[in-house]
Amino acid sequence: MSGTTHQTTEDNSLSGELLMHTHVESMRCYQCGKCSAGCPMALDMEYPPSVVMRMLQTGDPELEDKLLRSYAIWVCVTCETCFARCPMEIDIPKVMDYLREKSLKMGISSPKAKHIIAFHRAFLDMIDKTGRMYELGLTVDYKMRSMTLGQDVGLAPGMMSRGKLGLFPEMIRDKKHIAGIFSKTIKRKEGGQ
Amino acid sequence: MKLGFYPGCSMKGGSREYKESVAAVCKAFDIELVEVPDWNCCGATAAHNLNKELALSLPARILAQAEKAGLSEILIPCAACYNRLSVTQHELNENDKLKERVKSILGMDYQGTSSIINIIQMIDKYVLPNLDGKVVKSFNHLAACYYGCLLVRPHGILKFDRPEDPVTMDNVIRKIGGSPVEWAYKVECCGAGLSVSKTEAVARLSGKIVEDAADRGSQVIVVACPMCHLNLDMRRPESNKYLKRNIDIPVIYITQAIGIALGMSGKELGLQRHFVPVILKEKPEEPAPVKPAKKVVQTQEMEA
Repeated sequence: MSGTTHQTTEDNSLSGELLMHTHVESMRCYQCGKCSAGCPMALDMEYPPSVVMRMLQTGDPELEDKLLRSYAIWVCVTCETCFARCPMEIDIPKVMDYLREKSLKMGISSPKAKHIIAFHRAFLDMIDKTGRMYELGLTVDYKMRSMTLGQDVGLAPGMMSRGKLGLFPEMIRDKKHIAGIFSKTIKRKEGGQ
Repeated sequence: MKLGFYPGCSMKGGSREYKESVAAVCKAFDIELVEVPDWNCCGATAAHNLNKELALSLPARILAQAEKAGLSEILIPCAACYNRLSVTQHELNENDKLKERVKSILGMDYQGTSSIINIIQMIDKYVLPNLDGKVVKSFNHLAACYYGCLLVRPHGILKFDRPEDPVTMDNVIRKIGGSPVEWAYKVECCGAGLSVSKTEAVARLSGKIVEDAADRGSQVIVVACPMCHLNLDMRRPESNKYLKRNIDIPVIYITQAIGIALGMSGKELGLQRHFVPVILKEKPEEPAPVKPAKKVVQTQEMEA
């Protein structure tokens, strides 16, 4: 750990990869800890943001693997507080996005995050099919995937009586266009899930 | 005047009262909202969590559709959609290669020249200058203006207000006769998209926001984001349970506050759709003794 701040894009560490794809230099972090102090989700993370940055800096493949398998990257809500307060203006939310996508592609995402990921997938599948988010359909789909059938069912009547829950999805006209966007992006990369 | 309008999915469902109040206020100021033709979902949190190209392409399609329809200025009242579309426009303008890639995914032309404005910018620009004589019922309440994350961050891209202590919504409240309170949770996160998949975190984060608003004597929390509203309003039973308190401060949209001041009915503004009943107490004549917020030392002068 020489503490070097020189890094090139030829570097084949995860931080080098990040630099190449997102232009975020994790090496600039000097561990002040402001990001972790202000992070609303740090309590739930096994590695708070400043530790994530330190793990990246080491270039140690074992730590990088731990990071990609971590729960921390999924529980980050992208509130952007860390980035707003970072004295080195490091775009940590962008790092988190990159790590999540990579973790998913490698198929090593944290089992503890399965509900969070199930919700995201249910959300995107809904858009893929209809072009828009539809709350009732999304909730049912998520519950099937996460097997949390009992949770929140008490909300449905209240939402219904307040006119907040439609019975049918609202679809856009050019559904094919949206499906095309999905097949050229997330479905292409995930091999057509 | 005509103004481009991207409602986003929430306004069609869970936060339809936001749309109702935006429409009512715009009508009162002769602003005709023109919806982006055949708009799609912006992808919200899910898209950027799972796939970057998808997270850029979905908002880019909306902007391309707006361009095709000749809408040069687009109002996006949902803070999350406003954020996603602004970030996309910025990223694509900064990176030609990425822009070309997204254009090929869309199979559409995309310039990235639309002017995107959030609800407070719209109010600032088109409502406040024409407010004279329109306020028939002063919004005489102590209001905690809650901005949340996505209206003000990332500041480098959105360049709206101040990222830590924003004031624009407070100014709007003042203009309609209200009294914004000083509080510490203006831009703290409500837990956002974890509302369903990790409700206990939302109960904690939203609970702390509601608690600080209560401890500073607020009579209403004013928001500008459907997600924030959902977490502060619909998730109140969970956050009250976390706090072991029963806080009943209502949460309303900024456009509902303006509508109330303009003398519109609760129904017109969709106030009946909230979970926490919207019962607005009048601001007390004399400053009521306010229970000091945690860790804040109250001086004797404040009492005098």
